Amino acid sequence: MVGLHKSEFQNPVINWIDTRLPLFTMMTKEYGVFPTPKNFNYFWNFGALAMINLMIMIATGIFLAMNYNASTAGAFDSVERIVRDVNYGWLLRYVHMNGASMFFIVVYIHMFRGMYYGSYKKPRELLWMIGVVILLLMMATAFMGYVLPWGQMSYWGATVITNLFSAIPVVGEYIVTLLWGGFSVDNPTLNRFFSLHYLMPFVITGVVFLHVVALHITGSNNPLGIEPKSEQDTLPFHPYYTIKDSVGMCVYLLVFAVLVFFVPDYLGHSDNYIQANPLVTPTHIVPEWYFLPFYAILRSVPSKLGGVLMMFGAIAVLFVLPWLDTSPVRSAKFRPIYRQLMYVFVVDVVVLGYVGGKPPSGMNVVIGQVCTAYYFLHFLVILPILGKMEKPLPLPESISNPVLTMGGGPLPGAALAKPMEKI
Amino acid sequence: MSATAPTLPDGHAQDPGKRDFLKLVAGFSAVIGVGALAWPLIDSMNPSGDVLALSSVEFDLAPVAEGQGVTIVWRGKPIFVRHRTAAEIKTAESVKLSDLGDPAKDADRVKAGHSQWIVLVGICTHLGCVPLGNKPTDPRGDFGGWFCPCHGSQYDVSGRMRHGPAPANLPVPPYAFMTDSRIKIG
Amino acid sequence: MQTLRIAAVAAMLGFVALAPALAQEMEYPHQNWSFEGPFGTYDRASAQRGFQIYKEVCSNCHSMKQVYYRNLEGIGLSPDAVKAIAASVDVPTIGDDGQPAERKGLPSDHFKAPYPNDKAARAAQNGALPPDQSVIIKAREGGADYIYSLLLGYEAPPADVKMGDGMNYNKWFTGHQIAMAAPLTEGRVEYADGTKATLEQEARDVTTFLAFVANPEMEERKRMGVRVVLFLAFMTCVTYAVKRQIWSDVHH
Repeated sequence: MVGLHKSEFQNPVINWIDTRLPLFTMMTKEYGVFPTPKNFNYFWNFGALAMINLMIMIATGIFLAMNYNASTAGAFDSVERIVRDVNYGWLLRYVHMNGASMFFIVVYIHMFRGMYYGSYKKPRELLWMIGVVILLLMMATAFMGYVLPWGQMSYWGATVITNLFSAIPVVGEYIVTLLWGGFSVDNPTLNRFFSLHYLMPFVITGVVFLHVVALHITGSNNPLGIEPKSEQDTLPFHPYYTIKDSVGMCVYLLVFAVLVFFVPDYLGHSDNYIQANPLVTPTHIVPEWYFLPFYAILRSVPSKLGGVLMMFGAIAVLFVLPWLDTSPVRSAKFRPIYRQLMYVFVVDVVVLGYVGGKPPSGMNVVIGQVCTAYYFLHFLVILPILGKMEKPLPLPESISNPVLTMGGGPLPGAALAKPMEKI
Repeated sequence: MSATAPTLPDGHAQDPGKRDFLKLVAGFSAVIGVGALAWPLIDSMNPSGDVLALSSVEFDLAPVAEGQGVTIVWRGKPIFVRHRTAAEIKTAESVKLSDLGDPAKDADRVKAGHSQWIVLVGICTHLGCVPLGNKPTDPRGDFGGWFCPCHGSQYDVSGRMRHGPAPANLPVPPYAFMTDSRIKIG
Repeated sequence: MQTLRIAAVAAMLGFVALAPALAQEMEYPHQNWSFEGPFGTYDRASAQRGFQIYKEVCSNCHSMKQVYYRNLEGIGLSPDAVKAIAASVDVPTIGDDGQPAERKGLPSDHFKAPYPNDKAARAAQNGALPPDQSVIIKAREGGADYIYSLLLGYEAPPADVKMGDGMNYNKWFTGHQIAMAAPLTEGRVEYADGTKATLEQEARDVTTFLAFVANPEMEERKRMGVRVVLFLAFMTCVTYAVKRQIWSDVHH
């Protein structure tokens, strides 16, 4: 493998660089001619959108950090100063603030697409698992970012979430004190959260890179869930999917802009415009909307440790999803029962989010418990059994050939170029 | 673009001329959009509203005795205010412009009728150190003005560069006399 | 297939749209505000009257520490008027002798707080802390409608309610017992512009002013927003057209 790369670029400067560091060849291979199934629908935009969103968050975050003061005395005022006095500070802050919500919207849809079309199935199990790691990192980053403005919700959110760790037997209390750097959420906590909040996006970027590498090894799944068999089934990534992603990006930015410019505080909580007060808890504390389903799961279990375990379990179960779903067919398009159940699952998660935002009393608790039970039932019982029992619809012979073949199972498919291996 | 331009499968042959206009519009608009996106980020590093609001200070000259200098802060920078003696004014006015590296008349560096007051931004034009000479005990260099200890630049009582690596005179900040004994800088 | 897809997406979007409403427990009567909607701006005259109320009434107890006098130019006051308002206030400083002293306020000064610190405020206010009003519109569920309702919500307590010491009955306050006595009354201020100072007028004006100080960037934000949305709508159309062209030779 040692030796100069044989570059095919004509431009002498590009050729000189490419010979020594085949970046240009790699970009052309991975984003230029990369063979991509030709039948993507717009659900396949959301991976690219998530990438764009990450870049927007990093860019605005870096410039916000230039004006942010990570101290309990100065944090709240410095955020107000950013909005009031820093040039376009209000824009940076509102983009960053709503960008977190947009990120979760995009990623949740991306995950839904993966589940609906069975994108996590062999050989893409690891690709999916890396994605779950990204989700976890995002959650940690979003949580710590929410603490930084040092409003009431920031403070009490930080208190409640860090206290989750006190559920761990024996060492729990010690871990919480360690996280806080003291005996309550205070200046040291805010400082380390700021440090980590700045670090995490770069960790995420690294893991996203792995996610993309893994994707380019296996190639993309597609709405039919069958592997491309020939060149007829694929298109070069550029310009076909660069332009299709651009369309999605414009619509995404449109939604984003409406939030930022016209209703910037719509998804936030008014309590966070009250400076943190360690002596008064707001009457009704709830996390940001994207954590509500998990918050509902936490509250559904009348035991501290049990609730925490269930909440983390709700994410952990995603890691093993590729092995829980026993069906050989990927796309819900050919799985009539699974398709209905996917819809039920979405409704279940939405209802969980709804009760997560309500005070934990009366019917809300019961509904939360039922939905929590169903959430785990879906993954742990329904998917393994359904895969064995369900009779899938006939699969088409290939992406471009609608002739149906009988019997399940993704066709082995012609082994396409795996560009990453060739470099 | 390059030798490895996409080799399209059959049936995907491109017809370049037909698509050019729309693509041009899209590409051009995208560039404008990205530019518009970048500007707020960059502009956020410029002085903010609260910083700009503090950009003027008023100063009472009455307590400054003849021959004495004081340093005040304006926009985070030291401002030298020197109450010059009659002899110093005379020396400053009599210097031939041809002797100066950065020619400037003393009369242009003070306000008419207030030639005993010289107001300067106290930052050496070489590399930004603060020159000595405002305190009576400081070395004032060979020209009775200011002396920069970092690289030996010397300024006269008009703040003009006379010796050393400094490329220009000490700048005069924008200021105005509000009364005979009160100035407003900025 | 198609309907299912739409339903799933709609459920997710619907959830996002509903999320903020989840925590809200009370509905406040909606008022028409000049600053509503994508083209809303602050009614300058109303905001200036509102500032008069803040100055003469609210600021006796409530601080507004994020706001500078220079911000008043945002409600249409001239720089000279702002200077005069600032100069009418004595702000604490350190004298040349190093001792605490006072000087005339400048436009670059924050609004002077009525109390030097929270403890002093509590001591003077029967133990209750009058909240800072810089972002009060954003810090209360219901925003402007809530503040307006609250200011008009003072009533005689119902016979069965036992009032706490020094508390006042307000039908819009959580728990209905509020430490703040009714701050506004008919004719509480005499408006400089001759507007009749009815209770509703006063409440409307001060709410408009409070909305301004909470979101001083709003007008610029919405103006820019309209341009950005139009640009992105245009981009969406152009990009979609290019996409159609590029994809025109792909046979499904």
